[in-house]
Amino acid sequence: MPRDTLTGSRIRERRVMSGLKQSELAKRAEISPSYLNLIEHNRRRIGGKLLVDIANALGVEPTSLTEGAETTLLATLREAASDSGMPEAEFARVEEFAGRFPGWAELLANSQRRIETLQQSVEALTDRLTHDPHLAASLHEMLSTVTAIRSAASILAEPGDIEPEWQRRFNRNIYEDSARLADTSRNLAQYLEKADTDASETNAPQDEVDAVFQKVGFHFPALETRTADVDAALDEVGEGLSHAARWLLSRMLTRYRDDAAKMPLAACADVVAAIGSDPMKFADRFGCDVASAMRRLAHLPDDVLPNPVGLAICDGSGVTTFRKPLPEFPLPRLGAGCALWPLYRVLARPMMVHSELMQQSTRTAARFRAYGISQPVGPTRLAQDVLFESHMLIVPEPMRDTHEPIREVGLTCRICPQPDCDARREPSIMTIPGRTKL
Amino acid sequence: MSRQVLLIEDEPNIIEAISFILSRDGWSVKTHSNGADAVDIIRERQPDIVILDVMLPGKSGYDILRELRDDPDHASMPVLMLTARGQTKDREIAEQAGCDAFMTKPFSNADVLETVRALVDK
Repeated sequence: MPRDTLTGSRIRERRVMSGLKQSELAKRAEISPSYLNLIEHNRRRIGGKLLVDIANALGVEPTSLTEGAETTLLATLREAASDSGMPEAEFARVEEFAGRFPGWAELLANSQRRIETLQQSVEALTDRLTHDPHLAASLHEMLSTVTAIRSAASILAEPGDIEPEWQRRFNRNIYEDSARLADTSRNLAQYLEKADTDASETNAPQDEVDAVFQKVGFHFPALETRTADVDAALDEVGEGLSHAARWLLSRMLTRYRDDAAKMPLAACADVVAAIGSDPMKFADRFGCDVASAMRRLAHLPDDVLPNPVGLAICDGSGVTTFRKPLPEFPLPRLGAGCALWPLYRVLARPMMVHSELMQQSTRTAARFRAYGISQPVGPTRLAQDVLFESHMLIVPEPMRDTHEPIREVGLTCRICPQPDCDARREPSIMTIPGRTKL
Repeated sequence: MSRQVLLIEDEPNIIEAISFILSRDGWSVKTHSNGADAVDIIRERQPDIVILDVMLPGKSGYDILRELRDDPDHASMPVLMLTARGQTKDREIAEQAGCDAFMTKPFSNADVLETVRALVDK
């Protein structure tokens, strides 16, 4: 059962920040100091009138006490726990843990992320060993040469008469083959040394690119002019990136520049001021496609679009090729997300814009409007299948009463408590009341 | 008439060494170095046993073996496969394709000789 038990920690934080004593706040909220102490240590759940009273006493909005930015942290911690097969009772205390030991929780989450990265590079190295054509060819060549040498050498070494002519022949073969073996092994050693250097860049290319976008804040002023030079921008932000990551980033920046040329920043500011962050209206105003509009919205700076929007792009195989998560709507770093997301559902309905309200089942305090569209990639060719790419724009939506259905979606299956979900591809490790754990 | 071995392998010095030890043991050794027409050569020569390398130019040893086994006349012809990769996976592929014996490089001359004798006398 997902529940927010961090409210107490936030109350404590706010109280300490405003220099209030526990007894003072308890008096203002008309409860006993010992009860407040239990609340602050997340030992008592709190809601309703008492929450409002405490918020008033602290001079803050009640929602600021119930909503936090810990979603990503909690999601990572849940992943770490699910990998270790933690008992249910302990698992349910993840928020309490994060609330009471924020430093340790951050450390654990960082370690988890590091493990995931390392796992990925191990997989990459295994792939290389199995599939690297150069390595396979070198090994084959070496083994063949060794076989020839061994056969010839044992013919010479074994007892029995061998005609001088054959002796000379096998001696010559061994001589030639050993020279070949020396070459092959030298080349292989050089190749492995280089592979070793590449492997020390342990991050996956997608991770490296993500880090660039996070650092820059998803907005590149250098690419906002008509004469923008992608290579120059790449040199500026892509320093120290691996070859693969540069390739990825170069593609993304080129797209960014093209979008910016179609939708200049100054005009974007006017359009946003008039219509907000609706990607269809936005696309209409500029006479361009919805996916470009979504990308443009996701890359606008905060002074143009004060409420940032999130964006996920995936290709036809469902692999995420671009991710801009929101604090309250994290996107998984590795692998695919929830199959219920419009991101994936629109792949079955190309060119139709899909819009719905959704909230992540592990965090019901935040609501979003998701827009999805799947559009063709590349030019249309006679009698050729078109490849599709899917975009999902994630726009924060205020919590208010609505008749529109709200879809409960997950982040990834393992940490999603939703029972009886048709989209489930892995059992959940979240505690589900009245059900036994799978 | 001595019994005939057809060695299908593309490495000249391996061909020479194996030819030598088998000839010395009394076998008539024919060799061929290309995968593409290997099946035709086998049909033409009708050897008592085939020694077949996996990595051949033109066609892989596995494909040659599968084609051979699909042909009722050659379904039971003894085949010894040679490969430079000793992974379990390779052995499984070779066995599924229908080889009688499987050797990984580098092998010893004595093992080759022994296996060839055993397969033909079987």
